[in-house]
Amino acid sequence: MSTPPHLAETDRSLRDQAIPAIAELARQVRLSDVQMINRAQLGHIGGDFSVADILATLYGAVLNVDPKDPTDPERDRFVLSKGHCAGALYSTLAHCGFIPLSALETFAQPLSALNGHPNRTKVPGVETNTGPLGHGFPVAVGHAIGAKLQGSPRRTFVVLGDGELQEGSNWEAAMTASHYGLTKLTAIVDRNRLQQGARTEETKQLEPLADKWASFGFEVRDIDGHDYRQLLDAFEPSTTGRPVAVIANTIKGKGVSFMEDRVEWHHKVPTAEQVELAIEELSA
Amino acid sequence: MTTAVTAPTFDCRKAFAEELIDLARADDRIVAVCNDSVGSSNLTGFRDEFPDRLINVGIAEQDLVGVGAGLANAGMIPFVSAAAPFLTGRALEQIKADAAYSRVHVVLCGQSPGMAYGELGPTHHSIEDLSWTRAVADLQIVVPSDPAQTRAAVRWAATIDGPVYLRIPRFPVPAVHPDDVIYTPGTSTLVADGSDVTVIAIGTLVSRALAAAELVRAEGISVRVIDMASVEPLDTAAVLAAASQTRGVVTAEEATVTGGLGAAVATLLAEHQPTPMRILGVPRQFAPTGSASFLLEHFGLTAEGIAAAARDLVGR
Repeated sequence: MSTPPHLAETDRSLRDQAIPAIAELARQVRLSDVQMINRAQLGHIGGDFSVADILATLYGAVLNVDPKDPTDPERDRFVLSKGHCAGALYSTLAHCGFIPLSALETFAQPLSALNGHPNRTKVPGVETNTGPLGHGFPVAVGHAIGAKLQGSPRRTFVVLGDGELQEGSNWEAAMTASHYGLTKLTAIVDRNRLQQGARTEETKQLEPLADKWASFGFEVRDIDGHDYRQLLDAFEPSTTGRPVAVIANTIKGKGVSFMEDRVEWHHKVPTAEQVELAIEELSA
Repeated sequence: MTTAVTAPTFDCRKAFAEELIDLARADDRIVAVCNDSVGSSNLTGFRDEFPDRLINVGIAEQDLVGVGAGLANAGMIPFVSAAAPFLTGRALEQIKADAAYSRVHVVLCGQSPGMAYGELGPTHHSIEDLSWTRAVADLQIVVPSDPAQTRAAVRWAATIDGPVYLRIPRFPVPAVHPDDVIYTPGTSTLVADGSDVTVIAIGTLVSRALAAAELVRAEGISVRVIDMASVEPLDTAAVLAAASQTRGVVTAEEATVTGGLGAAVATLLAEHQPTPMRILGVPRQFAPTGSASFLLEHFGLTAEGIAAAARDLVGR
């Protein structure tokens, strides 16, 4: 099902030189995130860690965005539809210079700009306020339609949770994206196979997920969502004239052994001892 | 200030569509977004002139409002148009999160509100929309009463920087305002002056309030009629002045009485200037079968119904 883009090997080697920096960004994002969650005593650490490599790859090497001019009309757009993973987004934005690193200390504190879910009117780099699931994809589609009308080369990326795909609005948006031929749109599914209460397949079956996206008219790229080279390949532009769906197979809680693939770490807050252990593992 | 019963009447959707086309000719950021509602939103002319700028997402209201918010993010000026019950009911969370809380310039155009769909029944009546949208922060709400005010509201809505719900009457209404009327948020229009009772009305009910004022004038009751097209923000000064200068306030709207214009006026007056009121609208019940005209009459939303409330407030 995976459709590797046709990229000259020399171009790919050049591109892949960014991988060490992406890996370091992802490590920093996870480290900041666990500290934010520790301070705030709330957050969604499992999903933050499953999406961290996706965010680091996008912000580290793919998105055409400038922290010094975060409202440039010609910037690429990134929408985190799974808005409950705001901690990972804030950490990424801070490490990329959109907000000061010190702002992360205010996460979820009274009157902080960094709410439990992202707010575009308060946080530079946030495109739309997400939180309720099934909202980000239609907004991304609307942006991509606008960019197409304007004849702009800018691209639109949206990250969806896999459990989030149970919201019907996503499939409304998928039909619209396909109908309008939004070739510069990439929808990324953080396929960690867990949702708040249980495995996705036990809750409401998503498989065959790649077939679903293909049948909605998307070019599907089924990849390891923690492999930077595969992520970079998957984020290359469409090769078929269709919008792209990346199924990024990930591990919830990725990077901390005792959190990985365990449903309780959806929004469990680590103890002080667990925070130390997590920092130790992430620093290794 | 008179409204003859024989005056010609208009469907405000036509004024909406014509004004939108005029705006689109001058500004290529203007786009219309609809949910298979090209016909019911009267957007056929817009589609014919600007085929690329009519975005039809099909029967998908959540997507409709989200796509509208995304178009605004792209720097377009989207007029998101759909039948009011589905726009506000099905997509209420998108209106809250994607448009209002995200504070983007999306013009939500609720077509055929109130009892306009008559015999199609309560699924298609849009009487809850004002209660729902009034509860959403940062969302301006405009209910024009005639074609000229509809045009003015559309022109204004294209220029602001934020979300707005524009509720466009379909039930035929006579012209109430001069052609050059302008819309200013937080400002009402005095359409008839009077000293005994004030009627504050919106939409379909404004012309009926004027007719009610005529009815009771012969009985020696002087009625002030205010068109409160700006439901949010409310013209609080005009309401408070009416409460101090007249003996009571009647509100009239083609919506439930649970949270619309009447509730807004009552909340203001209860806190600042307790005043006898009569709140006319649809009680908290689903309407029986009938045409729009029949249902307005059924719920007393007529010149005679408004006149009776005015008489009641002055003890006649």
